[in-house]
Amino acid sequence: MERFIRLSGRAAAMPAANIDTDVIMPKAYLKGIDRSGLAIGLFHDLRFDDNGALRDDFILNRPDMANTRFLLVGPNFGCGSSREHAVWGMLQYGIRGIIGSSYGAIFADNAANNGLLLLSLPATEIAALMAQLGDGAGDMTVDLDAQRVEMGDYASGFDIDPATRQALMLGLDRIGETLTHAERIRAFEKAYLGRKPWLMAADSDEH
Amino acid sequence: MSAPKTLYDKIVDEHRILSFDESGAAGERLLLYIDRTVLNEYTSPQAFSGLRAAGRNVWRPAASLGVVDHVNSTNPDRDAGELDDGARRQIEYLSENGRDFGIEIFDLFDPRQGIEHVVMPELGLVLPGMVIAAGDSHSTTYGAFGVIGFGIGTSDIEHLLATQTLVYRRLKTMRVTIDGTLAPGITAKDLIMEVIRRIGADGAVGHAVEFAGEAIDALGVEARMTICNMAVECGARVALMAPDDKVVDYIAGCPRAPSPDLLAAARAEWRTLRSDPGARFDHEVALDAADIPPMVSWGTSPDQSLAITGSVPDPQDLPAERRADAIRAMAYMDLAPHTPLQDIAIDRAFIGSCTNARLTDLRDAARILKGRKVAPGVRAMISPGSSGVRRAAEAEGIDRIFIDAGFEWRRSGCSLCLAMNDDSLAPGERCASSTNRNFEGRQGIGGRTHLMSPAMVAAAAVTGRLADVRALAVEELN
Repeated sequence: MERFIRLSGRAAAMPAANIDTDVIMPKAYLKGIDRSGLAIGLFHDLRFDDNGALRDDFILNRPDMANTRFLLVGPNFGCGSSREHAVWGMLQYGIRGIIGSSYGAIFADNAANNGLLLLSLPATEIAALMAQLGDGAGDMTVDLDAQRVEMGDYASGFDIDPATRQALMLGLDRIGETLTHAERIRAFEKAYLGRKPWLMAADSDEH
Repeated sequence: MSAPKTLYDKIVDEHRILSFDESGAAGERLLLYIDRTVLNEYTSPQAFSGLRAAGRNVWRPAASLGVVDHVNSTNPDRDAGELDDGARRQIEYLSENGRDFGIEIFDLFDPRQGIEHVVMPELGLVLPGMVIAAGDSHSTTYGAFGVIGFGIGTSDIEHLLATQTLVYRRLKTMRVTIDGTLAPGITAKDLIMEVIRRIGADGAVGHAVEFAGEAIDALGVEARMTICNMAVECGARVALMAPDDKVVDYIAGCPRAPSPDLLAAARAEWRTLRSDPGARFDHEVALDAADIPPMVSWGTSPDQSLAITGSVPDPQDLPAERRADAIRAMAYMDLAPHTPLQDIAIDRAFIGSCTNARLTDLRDAARILKGRKVAPGVRAMISPGSSGVRRAAEAEGIDRIFIDAGFEWRRSGCSLCLAMNDDSLAPGERCASSTNRNFEGRQGIGGRTHLMSPAMVAAAAVTGRLADVRALAVEELN
């Protein structure tokens, strides 16, 4: 995954509450067995009309938004379905960071696992940032190293989970990390399953 | 003596292999042992590809089960299966992965095939005290058994398959206590829709929600699953209920239940699976069951719902921060403020999904449909939650009631809940639906979804409009 340290770029406002992963990545783009080809699916039914033409009224379709890197979003962004395709599509489209007040929990985990930065700021800070945007667009800098976000006259520090920050900045191999604890997992499992023999009764290989 | 603990914290502690910060409090980062998972054909493929690319094995293949449910056709003529190339490849790849990694797979025509969250409990694979994580957000369903169930994305599926663990953040806790008695005709679906309406679509974000109280105790296990299933629609990452004798009896009747001896040993431990008296929750919410009416959604978020006796709201009457979303939702739903909900005509009716397609749900709907006909112009479909539910309903003759009323008696799958298969709404079509999400485009581009209980779908189907099941079924409800 691509590391995130400091990035400047276009930011677009999508202030509606509860933008769900069905809207972020509609079902027509969920039929693959790999992660590719999802940029076209991002917000597809908002970006394109029934004839496949770009909708004028969608912010990412504006000529000045061609290189959008950040979304400034409303509460509970990414709620709903667990589909990680939503995060893959974001990154493939070019979105690297999302700034909002709260997120769907599975979406947030998926973002962390793929190097998509999610910043959680108080709703008052989101309102201040939205106010900087004017017509819905602006240029933003997020410095993850310094934990600072800047846009126009706005500048502020932010808090972020240290483990998530480290993974974003270093691009860790999570499975490899966990497998360094393989012996402890194995010992735990043996004791745990030994204590609760009924758990193994349902194991599918016994049938 | 140790401090009183919540049920959630007890189960987390029992599965904590190691803590990265030893805090023991909400936010603690820990390595969590996962008892079991269920895999579907659309969120698992990239996880297996990742394992293959890294040359990794599955840690404990017997702890996983694969089920085809999201993309398959529900056409009653099973050979007519309208599968597109992508769906066919996903189904084939699931079987291939099962073969190569030693995981049991229920494919398209397996007699045990069905929606993953219906199949797992009905087999007896969901046991109190477990942690079950799976690549589907409605994995919260398992909370009805006193299980920490939660949805994960594909990267975490890969992590789980490779390690039988997840790197986990301990959640905050919320308790929703529902005392009192549900009125006749009011179901678990109405109850959870009222909870979601009351606390909002983000009301439980970051929380494990325990449901408790007389009204929960009075419900059957399948109704409890409906509540835990849909708790994710108010942002709950985990839903939980303390397991009781009903749960143990339910498990005892399942094909893969532990033997009677093991079950007896388990029962003693399962009795301890409850929040201690005096346990502290980060948030508490209380409702009186007697106040809950039959609910329907009017908007495009599950918290945009009302009593069936109400009218579409006037955005001016809503809190300022909800106004713009309400206006957008009304435009999408083609509804004007002040329209009585019971004046809204429907084109489609659907009973199905992991929320409301178990045998008791079908019985609820059948009670309303018996001796009645689907209104002219309405296309009505029922997709039983699993092939097993379908057979059980046929054994009771319920299929005849649906068919005689004019419903299509379909095969099992996620079907019109998210329309990944060939079941979908045409643009502008309006559907009374027993499912869980009324998002824009969820049931098809431009489709309009009204969420409600299976009995309310039946009432709408025969009326041709959204309808109050209580008015329709005075004698059936007594």
